[in-house]
Amino acid sequence: MTAGCHEPGGAGAVVAEDARIALVGSPNAGKTSVFNALTGLHAKTGNYPGVTVSRYVGSCRAGGRGHVIEDLPGTYSLEPISPDEQITVDVLDGRLDGTPRPDALLVVVDATTLRRSLTLVAQVLSRALPTCVVVTFTDELSLRQGHLDPDALSRALGLPVLPVVGHRGLGIGQVRERIAAWRSWPVPALAPPTDPAELDAWAESVLTFADYRPAERHKATQRLDAVLLHPVWGTAVFFAVMMAFFQTVFNLAAPLQGYVESLSGRLSHLIAGHVTNRWLSGLLGDAIIGGVGGVLVFVPQIMLLFLLLALLEGVGYLSRAAFLMDRVMARAGLEGRAFVALLSSFACAIPGILATRTLPSAKDRLATMMAAPLMTCSARLPVYVLLIGLLVEPSARIGPFGAQGLIMFGLYLLGAVSAMTAAWVIKKVTDRGGAAMPFFMEMPPYRLPAPRAVLLAMWSSARAFLRKCSTVIVAASIALWLALNLPLHSPAQLQAAGVDTGDSVAVSAYTVDHSYAADLGRLVSPVFDPLGFDWRINVGVLSAQSARETFVATLGQVAAAQSPDHPTDALRTMTNQDRSHAGQVIFTAPTIAALLVYFAYALQCMATVAVIRRETGTWKWPTIAFTYLTVTAWLMAYLAHTITAAVTGG
Amino acid sequence: MSVGGRGAVQAGRQAVVPESALCALADLVPGARATVVEVVADGAPDTARRLGALGFAPGTVVEVVRRAPLRDPVVYRVKDYEVCLRRAQAACVFTTEVEL
Repeated sequence: MTAGCHEPGGAGAVVAEDARIALVGSPNAGKTSVFNALTGLHAKTGNYPGVTVSRYVGSCRAGGRGHVIEDLPGTYSLEPISPDEQITVDVLDGRLDGTPRPDALLVVVDATTLRRSLTLVAQVLSRALPTCVVVTFTDELSLRQGHLDPDALSRALGLPVLPVVGHRGLGIGQVRERIAAWRSWPVPALAPPTDPAELDAWAESVLTFADYRPAERHKATQRLDAVLLHPVWGTAVFFAVMMAFFQTVFNLAAPLQGYVESLSGRLSHLIAGHVTNRWLSGLLGDAIIGGVGGVLVFVPQIMLLFLLLALLEGVGYLSRAAFLMDRVMARAGLEGRAFVALLSSFACAIPGILATRTLPSAKDRLATMMAAPLMTCSARLPVYVLLIGLLVEPSARIGPFGAQGLIMFGLYLLGAVSAMTAAWVIKKVTDRGGAAMPFFMEMPPYRLPAPRAVLLAMWSSARAFLRKCSTVIVAASIALWLALNLPLHSPAQLQAAGVDTGDSVAVSAYTVDHSYAADLGRLVSPVFDPLGFDWRINVGVLSAQSARETFVATLGQVAAAQSPDHPTDALRTMTNQDRSHAGQVIFTAPTIAALLVYFAYALQCMATVAVIRRETGTWKWPTIAFTYLTVTAWLMAYLAHTITAAVTGG
Repeated sequence: MSVGGRGAVQAGRQAVVPESALCALADLVPGARATVVEVVADGAPDTARRLGALGFAPGTVVEVVRRAPLRDPVVYRVKDYEVCLRRAQAACVFTTEVEL
C-alpha cells in the first residue's frame, strides 16, 4: 500500500489530469507521510515563484484518473506570519500566480492535538472548497488511552473523516478511494465562528459530539525529557550526542571514504594502462574520474550525516537540541532551530542550507544561509591537513597539545565564531523596521520513526546533493584540466624550449607552466601578491573556487609532484620563479597562514552558490554571500599574513 | 476575531478579573497551572493572534512544564500538547493561577 498509488505502467505520468487537491495541515501533523504514501516517490520539488518556500507536487492515480496533489507548507493558522504560511493562504485563495486554486482540500490533523487543530480546521472550512479531513496518529491516540469516533466527528463537521496511520500506510487506500470521488466532498455551507471564545466553544462541542478523549501524557516522553532536558544531565547528553555525531561523521565515514578513493584510484590506473592516447587518458582519468571521485569521496560522509539527522529528527531529539540551544543562538539573533542547520554545515554547507527550511522566519533563514558556508565543512579538511602539515611538524607541541591539532581546532573555532558573527550582522541589517517574529516550537512526543521514513528522508536529501553537485564539480574539473593542458605544444616546440620529450614529468611541468591556467594565475597575481601567493597558488585558489578540495589535487598537478595526492614534500621546497621573487621559498609561514584563513572564509563552492540560488529563488543572495565572503577572506588573509610575518620576522 | 487596537484577544464571557490578580505566563514557575485571561501584545497583533492559534486562548488552562537549562525558553502544556515559548512571548499571556 505504501509503494505509491501508481498502477502498473503508470510510471508517474499523469494521464487525464482530473483534480488539483491540496494538503493543508500544521507542521508535525503527519502531512508529509500522507503525501508520500499518496504520491509514492514521484514528487517533484521546486520553489514557489520569488520566495524561499519549497513546493512539493506529486501525482496520485485514483479511480482511473491522475490527480495532482500539492503538499502546502505547514501552518498553525490561516492568519499568516511567515512567508510559508502566506503561500498556503495565497494558494487557498487562488491569489498565487502560476498556481491555480485547488479544486478540493485534504485537511490533515493529528488526533493527539485535535483540540488545538480544530482552530485550523475551522479556518479551512471558511474557504468554502470541497473538503475532506484526514486524521493521523490514531494509533498513538488509542495507545495513550485516548478515543475518537471518526464517524461522529464526520457528522459534527459535516465532512468525510478518514483515520490513517500515515507512516505505515494504513487507511491510505480509503483516502485514495475518497480522492477518486472528490466531487462528492461537501462544500462547508456554514463556516464556524471566528470569535476566539465562540470558536473555542464550537471546538469543544465538536469534540464532545465525536466522543473525544485526549491522549494521556506520553509516559516515555515525560521520563526521557526529565533527563534529556535536565539542566545538568540534559546538557551532558547534548554534548555527548554532538560528540557521537562528529565521531560518526568523521571516523565511521573515513574507511568508507578510503574505499571510494582507492576505487577511483584503481579506475584511473586502469585507464592509464589501457588508454594509450595521452589526451584521452588524461581527460578520462584525471578530469572525469578525478572529478567524479572528488564528489563520490564525500558521499559516505554525507549519507551518514543525512541518516543521523533523519534519525534524530524522526525520534524527536532535534527539537530538544533546538530547545537547549535556543538561548545561545539568540545571542546571534537566531533561534534554536538554526543551530541544527549550522550543525549540519560542519559536514557540508548544502544540507545545512537545506535544513534552514525548518526556520519559520525568512530573516532567520537568510541569516543562517549566509552564515552556513563559514562553518568548517569537510571539503576544507584535506586543504587544512595539507597546509598545516607544511606549517608545523607533527611533533611540534604547544603546551600539552600537539600544534597541528591545536591549529585545526583553532580553525574550527574561527569558522563557528565567524558564522555566529555574520548571522548577527545580517540579522541587524535585515531587522531594521520590521517587527521580530514570535518564537514558538512544538515539542512532539518521542516516536520510533519508521525505517522507511528515515531512509526516504535521507535519500531525498542525498539525491538532491548528488544531482546538483556532481554536475558542477565534474564540469569544473574538466575545465580545469583543459586549462592546465592547453595550449598544445608540439615535440618540436618542446625540444626548442630545451625539454626532454622522453621525460613525461618534465613535459607536463612545461605544459602546466605555459598553460592558460598559468596565464590566468599570473594575471590575477596583483590581487593575491599582498597575501604572498605565487601564480601556482593562484591557480590552486582559482580552481578551488568550484570546490575547495580540488586545491590539493591542483597544487599536486601544478607542482608536478611525483605523487599528486601527497605533494607536501615537493611543495615544501618549491621556490618562486617569477622575476621579482626568484628563488624564494613559496610556502613561508605568513603565506600558509594567509592561505588557511583565506580558505576559512572564502565561498569556494559552486554547489553552495547553486543551492543558495535555488533556496532563495534569486541571484541576489548568492551574489551577496559570494562577495562578502571573498572580500572578508582577502582582508582576513592579509591580516593573518601581516601578523604572522611580524611574529615570525619573515 | 476581536483583535483590539493593542492586539488584544479578550474573552467575551470571561468574568472580569482585577488587573492586580493577573500574572504573566512568563512569571510562573514549572509545575504551575493557570487559566489564560487575555493575550496582549503591544504593537504586535501577529504575536497575539499566533498565540491564540497555538492554543493560548482565553479560558484555556496552561501548565508550565519545564525551563531550558539557560532558563529560556520554557515548555508549556496547552490543549493536550507541548509547545515552547520564549519569555518575550510568554509575557504577552496574562493568566490567573489555578490552585492545585
